[in-house]
Amino acid sequence: MTDATNSKAKNRPVYRNIHVTEIISYRLPPAGVVSILHRISGLLMFLLLPFIIWMFDTSVSSEISYESFTNAFVAGIGFVPAWFVKLTVLGLIWGYLHHFIAGVRHLWMDATHSVSKEQGHSSAVITLALSVLLTLLLGAKLFGLY
Amino acid sequence: MSTFGSKRIVVGAHYGLRDWLAQRVTAVLMALFTVVLLAQFLMPGELGYDRWAGIFSQQWMKVLTFVVIISLAYHAWVGVRDIWMDYVKSVALRLTLQVFTLVWLVGCAGWAIQVLWRL
Repeated sequence: MTDATNSKAKNRPVYRNIHVTEIISYRLPPAGVVSILHRISGLLMFLLLPFIIWMFDTSVSSEISYESFTNAFVAGIGFVPAWFVKLTVLGLIWGYLHHFIAGVRHLWMDATHSVSKEQGHSSAVITLALSVLLTLLLGAKLFGLY
Repeated sequence: MSTFGSKRIVVGAHYGLRDWLAQRVTAVLMALFTVVLLAQFLMPGELGYDRWAGIFSQQWMKVLTFVVIISLAYHAWVGVRDIWMDYVKSVALRLTLQVFTLVWLVGCAGWAIQVLWRL
């Protein structure tokens, strides 16, 4: 609390109960970005659960349903075009990777008490970089680039 | 810690601890499942319907997948409920969203288990 009373700190902008319109001007540190993306990716996967189970259902139930599963990536599902199916799956891949890596980061912090500012910063940067990198790698495969 | 009678503890701080711990335990289970599935997925050989369905038709894999489905439902319940509690201030809307979350998760878990158990 001593920081709050020195004159240098007084001139800093103070954000309390951030309003939606202030989000843009609020510079979030990498750890904060990881945190909000952890929530967003979790909610994304929660909302897409029926689609995930549909993929599980069609891919394992029978050879005929397996056919319609692979076909979803070629001809789409009903009125939904194939590129949108792929894009949704890409979103899920990113969501899973980010949620997984950020979750491991949490567990690692819990287990080793690695909660210094520097550790929080570097592990957050690693989380963001690794999840995006792996998403691009798997995304290239998904879209048939290799 | 008494949960009944005149000495019962009326403040529920340990409910938070229980959920916090449950979220981590379920996360570890799902992470292990991911590694186990990935290991089988990356085994040599052509990956067609037979091998893919074969992975899930082993009894031990069925049991593990079943545990993971339940874990996922509990994990997502804690997480999504936290989101509603943090951002939705209207009690009526929050309750509605929480009920929706429960119905959604129980429904999805039921569907996933049905798919798994008829394999």
